[in-house]
Amino acid sequence: MALLEIRGLAAEVEGKPILRGVDLSLPEGEVHAIMGPNGSGKSTLAYVLAGREGYSVNAGSVRFDGEDLLAMDPEARAAVGLFLAFQYPVELPGVGNANFLRTALNAVRRARAEPEIDAMKFLKEARAALKRLSMSEEMLKRNVNVGFSGGEKKRNEIFQMALLRPRLAILDETDSGLDIDALKIVANGVNALRGEKFSALVITHYQRLLDHIVPDKVHVLSEGRIVRSGGPELALSLEESGYAGLVAEAAA
Amino acid sequence: MSAVAETIETVSAVTEGGYKWGFETEIETELAPKGLSEETIRLISARKNEPEWLLAWRLKAFAAWQSMTEPGWARVKHPTIDYQAIHYYAAPKKPAPRNLSEVDPELLRTYEKLGIPLSEQAALAGVEGSRVAVDAVFDSVSVATTFRETLARAGVIFCPISEAVREHPELVRRYLGSVVPTGDNFFAALNSAVFTDGSFVFVPKGVRCPMELSTYFRINARSTGQFERTLIIAEDGAYVSYLEGCTAPMRDENQLHAAVVELVALNEAEIKYSTVQNWYPGDAEGRGGIYNFVTKRGACRGRKSKISWTQVETGSAITWKYPSCILQGAESVGAFYSVALTNNFQQADTGTKMLHLGPDTKSTIVSKGISAGHSNNTYRGLVRIMPRAARARNFTQCDSLLIGDRCGAHTVPYIESRNPTARLEHEATTSKIAEDQLFYCRSRGLSEEDSVNLIVNGFCREVLKELPMEFAVEAQKLLALSLEGSVG
Repeated sequence: MALLEIRGLAAEVEGKPILRGVDLSLPEGEVHAIMGPNGSGKSTLAYVLAGREGYSVNAGSVRFDGEDLLAMDPEARAAVGLFLAFQYPVELPGVGNANFLRTALNAVRRARAEPEIDAMKFLKEARAALKRLSMSEEMLKRNVNVGFSGGEKKRNEIFQMALLRPRLAILDETDSGLDIDALKIVANGVNALRGEKFSALVITHYQRLLDHIVPDKVHVLSEGRIVRSGGPELALSLEESGYAGLVAEAAA
Repeated sequence: MSAVAETIETVSAVTEGGYKWGFETEIETELAPKGLSEETIRLISARKNEPEWLLAWRLKAFAAWQSMTEPGWARVKHPTIDYQAIHYYAAPKKPAPRNLSEVDPELLRTYEKLGIPLSEQAALAGVEGSRVAVDAVFDSVSVATTFRETLARAGVIFCPISEAVREHPELVRRYLGSVVPTGDNFFAALNSAVFTDGSFVFVPKGVRCPMELSTYFRINARSTGQFERTLIIAEDGAYVSYLEGCTAPMRDENQLHAAVVELVALNEAEIKYSTVQNWYPGDAEGRGGIYNFVTKRGACRGRKSKISWTQVETGSAITWKYPSCILQGAESVGAFYSVALTNNFQQADTGTKMLHLGPDTKSTIVSKGISAGHSNNTYRGLVRIMPRAARARNFTQCDSLLIGDRCGAHTVPYIESRNPTARLEHEATTSKIAEDQLFYCRSRGLSEEDSVNLIVNGFCREVLKELPMEFAVEAQKLLALSLEGSVG
């Protein structure tokens, strides 16, 4: 049984159907890429999986490690090990990054019946993670995403992921707006976690991230359906021929 | 443990309703008959063995009060208050203790339950090694004041005001009513006529008060009002940080609390006055709760003197208070940092007045209003620059946060400048807790309630950091408790 099993998933936003029957199976330990043109439903898929309000599921099912993911609150999904790296990370004025992360980490640990982590140990782990990601310790003192540049916000998401150690990370266009150095930092952050117990759905518009995070599989999402799946070479061919051919083929 | 984790624990520890200070102390109480008349005032004055001048002062205030009407300009609604249905004096029957060891154990237990240690060995709840001197006021009387000897060695007087009237009459006579005159407003006049106790602080020239001072007010008796009077004087170059806290039992009736606080800062003196106001707010349907109608004013009389008001207002059915600064001395500085949180059917109309009289005076106003449930929260503030206040400066920031869609937030700034060299800045924002902020926190594993607490605490950060450290943690917990049931 795959870690994530999506069957016939249909969802709408404000009455507008976006996902029209998504089927996807992600085995534990694998990294899959989801590519597709703008408006194909990539971000909607990410939000539906993370449990955002306002996205109503009309049909289909999502199983996470055999459990009904759609029946869980967003915080319960985090507790079972799901992590969404936001395309547009949210600012929390007055809330320190370190305090936010430790609170989140301990909430998740409590939900998993694990002991809470104390401030000293947390700081040690946080500093180590920042170092691995070539980020400044300053990050801990600042308010969550307030006054961060676009690149800093994305890196902060990866930093959170590194500390929360999810079983499944969903990266929603984490590469958008990043320069090549930041892109490498993000990729290194994901690659460092890769292993038997870590899976990821990498949502991206472009091939370039996949040069650094080489996926086990690539899926093409178009008009709310997966229209093509293949190996990493599929991303390369898309880079050359664009989505137009695929989309036309699917429509035919 | 993080503040939020602590908050969760506190919240889950509370089983019945959100207000954990709502118990009543069984103690024999002497009550003055209900109603207000010259006779009541004479009785209070006699009980306190007051000198003739003070009785005369009270009667003058009473005469003024009789000619006044309750102010109606605040954005609050309540049934007419029957001033003849209130007890104006309530005191534990046992004779006044001469030292801590004589304090009624029932009273000690009450303050222990409230987390206020009246033993000098005990540290303040949860804070190791901190030393805070406490004056405990129970209904109409002060029942204990700690660390008085330590303070006396530094030259600081910290005692019940009723005692100050007897022991330091010259000081009391010089300053009482000098900042808030007896006829200042309806509630101040009422207080002047019937005030029973409160704290008196005097920090002499050049002395930095060696510890935080704190008064803890507790209303216990039924159908009584509490009318305390606080007077703090900092002479040239003196410094003092003072904090007041307050709670009351849960009752169906509304109880009146009309206090007056006067601060006087002379040359280069600094007074930091912090309030954590947690009077019983009434139940979820809006029954009961304290009417908190308070006049607080500080006079920066001296050059380069400084007064700051920091308040965290979470309790009371109605809050009506405007801690103000009269910036008389050249280069004097006034500050007002406020968090006012209203939930259920609470109403708050609060803010400040900054009166710039002297040249180069400066004031800062940071107000954070949080409304939840069906509550209404108004910031009302006046910044007035007088002709002599050349180069005066004010910065005002008013932020409102709405939780849910049945509450209201209002901002009513009054700005009057009569000096063209003054510089005034005003910023105001109103926001709702954004759905994306909540989702972001929840997607990281925080429950909805914890997410709201985290966001609200972040919203109040600028004000909370102004509180003495010992109380900042308490204030955070209180915010979380007061928000209970506001989401979902």
